[in-house]
Amino acid sequence: MKTSTVVRHTLTHLFIIALGLLMIYPIVWMIVSSFKPNNMIFSDPGLIPKAVTLENYISGWRGYAGVSFGRFFLNSLILCAGAVAGNLIACTMAAYAFGRLKFVGRSFWFAVMMLTLMLPGHVTIVPQYILFNSFGWVGTFLPILVPKFLATDAFFVFLLVQFIRSLPKELDDAAIIDGCSQAGVFLRIIVPLATPALVTTALFTFLWTWDDFFNHLLYLTNPSIFSVSRALRTFVGDAGAVSNWGGALAMATLSMIPPFILFFALQKYFVEGIATTGIKG
Amino acid sequence: MASTSDAKIQMSRTSGVARFFRRNATAYMFLTPWLLGFFVLTLYPMLYSFWLGFTNYDFTKPNSTEWIGLGNYVRMFGPLFGISQFTASNGEVMRADPYYLKSLTVTFNYVFAAVPLKLIFALAVAMLLNQRLRWVPFYRAVYYIPTLLGGSVAVAVLWRKLFERDGLVNSALSFLGFTNLPGWITNPKYALWTLILLSVWQFGSSMIIFLAGLKQIPEEYYEAASVDGANKVRQFFAITIPLLSPVILFNLVMQMIGAFQAFTQAYIIGGGSGGVLNSTLFYTLHLYIQGWTYHELGYASAMAWVLLAIIGALTALVFRTSDFWVSYGTGE
Repeated sequence: MKTSTVVRHTLTHLFIIALGLLMIYPIVWMIVSSFKPNNMIFSDPGLIPKAVTLENYISGWRGYAGVSFGRFFLNSLILCAGAVAGNLIACTMAAYAFGRLKFVGRSFWFAVMMLTLMLPGHVTIVPQYILFNSFGWVGTFLPILVPKFLATDAFFVFLLVQFIRSLPKELDDAAIIDGCSQAGVFLRIIVPLATPALVTTALFTFLWTWDDFFNHLLYLTNPSIFSVSRALRTFVGDAGAVSNWGGALAMATLSMIPPFILFFALQKYFVEGIATTGIKG
Repeated sequence: MASTSDAKIQMSRTSGVARFFRRNATAYMFLTPWLLGFFVLTLYPMLYSFWLGFTNYDFTKPNSTEWIGLGNYVRMFGPLFGISQFTASNGEVMRADPYYLKSLTVTFNYVFAAVPLKLIFALAVAMLLNQRLRWVPFYRAVYYIPTLLGGSVAVAVLWRKLFERDGLVNSALSFLGFTNLPGWITNPKYALWTLILLSVWQFGSSMIIFLAGLKQIPEEYYEAASVDGANKVRQFFAITIPLLSPVILFNLVMQMIGAFQAFTQAYIIGGGSGGVLNSTLFYTLHLYIQGWTYHELGYASAMAWVLLAIIGALTALVFRTSDFWVSYGTGE
C-alpha cells in the first residue's frame, strides 16, 4: 500500500514538473536566446547556447530615435509610481466612504460603481481621447495618470470596500468616542488595517500599468516619453519588419524583470487578490 | 424642569441635523475623486460617444461633423443585406465597411474557442494541483508565470518569434520528423489559432480561482460517493462540477468579457494590422484602426457601442442559462 502511494505521488510530481517546464519553456527560451548571437537565434532551438554574447543587450539598450531603453524604463517606472499613488489615494477614499460611512445615496452610488466595473473601456475611450486632446494632454503622461487619481479603476474600489467592511466596526466607534474625526479614523485606523488590500491594489496597479499597451499607444506619442511596452512595439515595426530580433528579445527579457520580482516577493497578496475578487491577471 | 428638558431635546435635535450634514459632507468629500471620475471620465464620455456614433465625426476636421442617423450602423451591418453603398441622412454617399463583419467573425471565433479551452485547461490544472502534495504553492506560482507575463508586448514579440516559419515551434516539429511546416502566423488558416493558444496559455487566474473553489468542496462528499461505488469520472460530474458551477460561471463571464476586448497580442502579432487576409482582425483592433489610423472617431464610437451591446447581451444570456446549470448548493 505505502510504496504504491509513494510511487503515485512521485509520478504526480514528475507530471506536474514536466507540464510546468513545458509551460515556461517559451520564456526560458527567450531569456537564453537573448544571450545568443543574432544569427544563431533562428537556427538554434536548444536551451544551451553555443556562444554567449551581450551584444543584444548593448544594441537593444540603444533604443529608438536616439532615446535609450534606460529612458523607457524610467518612463514606465514614473507611470507606474504615479498610477499606484493615484489608485491608493482615490480608490481607498472612495472605498472608505462606501464601506464605512452612512450618507444619502450610498446604495445608489455603490450600484453605479458596480456597474462601471463591467463596462468595457472602449465605450469611453473615444470621448476621453477628444477631451484629453482638447486639454493638450496627448503626448504627456497625464491621460494615463489623471484617471487613476479619480478612482476610475472600480475593481480596486470594490476590492477595498470588501476588505474595509470586514474590519471590526468597534475600532471606529472607540476612536470616535475618544474624539477622533472621520478623517482621523480613516488615516489612523482604516488605512493601517487595510494594508494587505492596499498592497494588492498597488501590486496589480503596477503590473497593469507596466503591461498596458492600448493607452500607451494612444497617448505616448513621441519616443522621449515612450514606456517600455510602447518602445518594444517599435522593434516589431509595421508589417512585422524586424531587423534586430536579438535586441528585441533582450529588451523583452529585461522588461519582464520588474513584474517577476514583484510576483515572487508578494505572492501571498497576489493569490489572495485573485482568489477573492477574481481579478484578471 | 420641563423647560430644560425641552431645551435639551431641542439641542440634540439641532446637533442631530448638524451631525447629519457633517456626516454627509464628510462622506461626499471622501467620494469626490470617484464622483468626479465617474461624471467626467465615464458618464459624460458614454453619452458623448453614444451621440458621436450617429455622426461622421472626423478627428482631423471636427468642425464639419454632421448627424448621419444610423449611417455608421449601416456601414457595419449593410454588407449583411448586400448593401455596399448608401446615402446617409445628411446626403453623404457612404461605403459599407467591407471588414467589419470579418472582424466580428474573427472575434467570435476567438472568444468561443479561447474561453472554453482556457477554462477546461485551467480546471484540469487546478484539479491536478488540488491534491495533498508538497510544494503546491511553488507549482502554482510556476503555472502562473505565463499569465503574469502573457499580456505584455514582450510575450507577443516572443510569440511571433516562436510561430514564424523558422521559429522555435517549427524547429521542434521538424525535429520530431514533420515536414512542410507552414509559417503559423503568416498562414491565415492558423494565425488565429496562435492567438487562441496564447490566450489558453494564460490560464493562471482562472486556475487560482478554480483552486480556491475546489478547496471549498468537503472531502466527505467524495468519500461518501466512493463508498457508494461511484468512480472518479462519476464523482467529477456528480460532485465537482455542480459544486464548482458558481465558480465556473464567474470565470466564464470574466474571461468572456476580457476576450472580447483583446487587443495587444493581435496588434503586435499582426504588426499593427489584422494580419494576413485580416485573419486576426480583432474587434478592438479594427476599432483602433478606424478611429486612430483613419481618424473616424464617430464610426469608432458606434463600433464601441455595438461591442458593449454584444458583451451585455451575451453576459445576460449566460446568466439566464445559469439557472439550468449553476447550483448554489444547499449542502453548505
